[in-house]
Amino acid sequence: MTAAELYGLCGAGLVGVGLYGAILGRSALRRLLGFNLMGSGVFLIFGAVARRGGLAGGSASDPVPQALVITGLVVAFAATALAVALLVRLAAVRREAGAARGAALPAGATAAAAHPESDGTGAA
Amino acid sequence: MTLAAVLEPWLAGPRAAELLFPLLAVPVLAALLAPLLGARGARLLALGSLLLGLALALAAAAALLAAGAPLTYALGGWAAPLGVELALDGPAALMLVLTAAVLVLVGLHAAGEFRVGAAGRRVTLAFWTLLLGVWAGLNGLYLGRDLFNLYVAIEVLTFSAVPLVCLKGGAAQLEAAFRYLLFALLGSALYLLGAGLMLGLHGTLDIGQIAAALAGGGADGSATGAVRSGSLAAVVLMSTGLLAKTALMPLHLWLPPAHGGAPAPASAVLSALVVKGSFFLLFRLWLDLVPDPGALHIGLVLGTLGAFAILLGNLMALMQARLKLLVAYSTLAQLGYLFLLFPLAAGPGGGPAATAALLQVVSHALAKAALFLLAGRVQVAFGHDRLAELGGFGRALPMTLVVIVLAGLALAGLPPSGGYLVKSLYGSAAGAEGWGWRLVLDLGGLLSAAYLARILAVAVRPAAGGTAAPHLAERPGGFGLLVPGLLALAALLLGLLPPGWFALLDVGRAEMASAAAVAGAMRGALAAGGFWSSTGPVLTVALAVVLFIAAGQSAWQRRVGALGRGLAGVEGRLREWRVAGALLLAILLAQALAVLT
Repeated sequence: MTAAELYGLCGAGLVGVGLYGAILGRSALRRLLGFNLMGSGVFLIFGAVARRGGLAGGSASDPVPQALVITGLVVAFAATALAVALLVRLAAVRREAGAARGAALPAGATAAAAHPESDGTGAA
Repeated sequence: MTLAAVLEPWLAGPRAAELLFPLLAVPVLAALLAPLLGARGARLLALGSLLLGLALALAAAAALLAAGAPLTYALGGWAAPLGVELALDGPAALMLVLTAAVLVLVGLHAAGEFRVGAAGRRVTLAFWTLLLGVWAGLNGLYLGRDLFNLYVAIEVLTFSAVPLVCLKGGAAQLEAAFRYLLFALLGSALYLLGAGLMLGLHGTLDIGQIAAALAGGGADGSATGAVRSGSLAAVVLMSTGLLAKTALMPLHLWLPPAHGGAPAPASAVLSALVVKGSFFLLFRLWLDLVPDPGALHIGLVLGTLGAFAILLGNLMALMQARLKLLVAYSTLAQLGYLFLLFPLAAGPGGGPAATAALLQVVSHALAKAALFLLAGRVQVAFGHDRLAELGGFGRALPMTLVVIVLAGLALAGLPPSGGYLVKSLYGSAAGAEGWGWRLVLDLGGLLSAAYLARILAVAVRPAAGGTAAPHLAERPGGFGLLVPGLLALAALLLGLLPPGWFALLDVGRAEMASAAAVAGAMRGALAAGGFWSSTGPVLTVALAVVLFIAAGQSAWQRRVGALGRGLAGVEGRLREWRVAGALLLAILLAQALAVLT
């Protein structure tokens, strides 16, 4: 097995694990991490493509996929930052709503209302 | 020297291709500059650059028609595969003009709502910057020819569209935005995986070069079987990712809450333009990159999903309790029409199918932008958009109702609307054997008429408490009807444009003959028999629905209601995250089976 094949298989495995986590993850954060794992797998496959030297052949590794991975990393980083910002804001809004309800309800009734750790997307 | 003489080299001369650069640079620079200018500056910059962009798009379309062949521009003089080439053909020019026109109109409509005095500094700055970001992403998608640059463009589009959903900042909107973002990211990862495999197989990401290699015209002779299968698998991965971003049913879990919860002008842009961006890339992949897609079974898979979307989307629209959600589900149904392109373009007489799909993009963009802006107007007037409590709306806001009906008739496909052209052209592409597709088209039109009639029945009902006119939270000014009215009229009268104008769609596409196809469809519509055969059933269904609702509580209504609740329950299951994830994988497998067997 060549190095490129090994990297390619690792990448494929990461994509599979990430996809599993993104679809079946119980909380919003786990699903986001699943997406990140999947992205890493894709970048590793780009690395394998670069190592093989592309169709152009030759022994030297191809710099184009490496350049693309850097751009891809920036995009994935921006996506993750945006998603985390949305989750943080969502938790804050829910806490405010919980506090407002807490003022109106008798003490003890709020424990069930505020769930900062709960699934952000409301899906089963 | 006159202005025409100064502009001549760009409009009809050797420098025409240079127009492609500012079409990408103006929105990108404006989007980057807007946050530095502050809220007031961003609003003026957005409106100004959008007007400039519309002029540029029109100039590029004129130049393309004059040249009669696609324009290409190599950035910095570097040719593909290493350099970035911009290219413009007929469909891309149409999308550029449509995008700029809709954004200008929605921007003018929103200029009053999104200003510092009304919406606050933060929301104003965000709205106008994001609008420019959406524009930059879309123009990048239309002009790009490189799979990786297209990836960057579609991510710019997604990252600009997602925050538009949660401008109001409530918990429901934030949840909708997160759900949209995460599902779109799954799609992006699948798309990028496909692009990476494509790079490994061909050593290039340029769509034209890959298509040439696959067709056997590459420098190394014909493509081997393994390379061909690998490339098709890569296209399937990219296609699945784009289906998730287009929200083709049953991958629509994110669209109703996102489009139903966003502010009305944002919903208009999201529904009219953003979902069409990923569809346009699907159009490029299956029609330009894959050689002879008709020989594969992919059309059957995508067409079946499209038919499913048309029927279920329209039925769900009919049952929604809120006006904005009704309009959002109608979008899901209208997206289904786009996907009938793939089975119908493969047939022997498939030329008109591509014209029909592009006209559907235009017609739906115009009508749906109008409907979302009007739904926002109703929401402002009543303080809510619950259909059950909108009694007397026809008496309180008669002109708003008229414009809603005009836009609805365009969606239902009454001649001479864009919707009619779409149905007629798809019908002629389907031919006699394609009766199943024609049946779906007709049923879809009738169901659209049914939900339009439901709005009408609600509007003419007396207001709550038995008074003729309802109490309004706020009376909207008549000026706000100008833009929705223009959009609705444009959608309704699309077929009356000179047929010669439609030749723009055909530039660079040998299989299409849009001008002749549109002229033929309009001749059929204006003949006495043709007009009634397309109008009669729509009016009959509308009348039946109005009578059914006016009849009040009856055993029939209860039975239909129970059926509806059952269907809504099934549709609700489809929108669960895990179910949608499993469906994404199932659709990936179905496409792979279709192309590889």
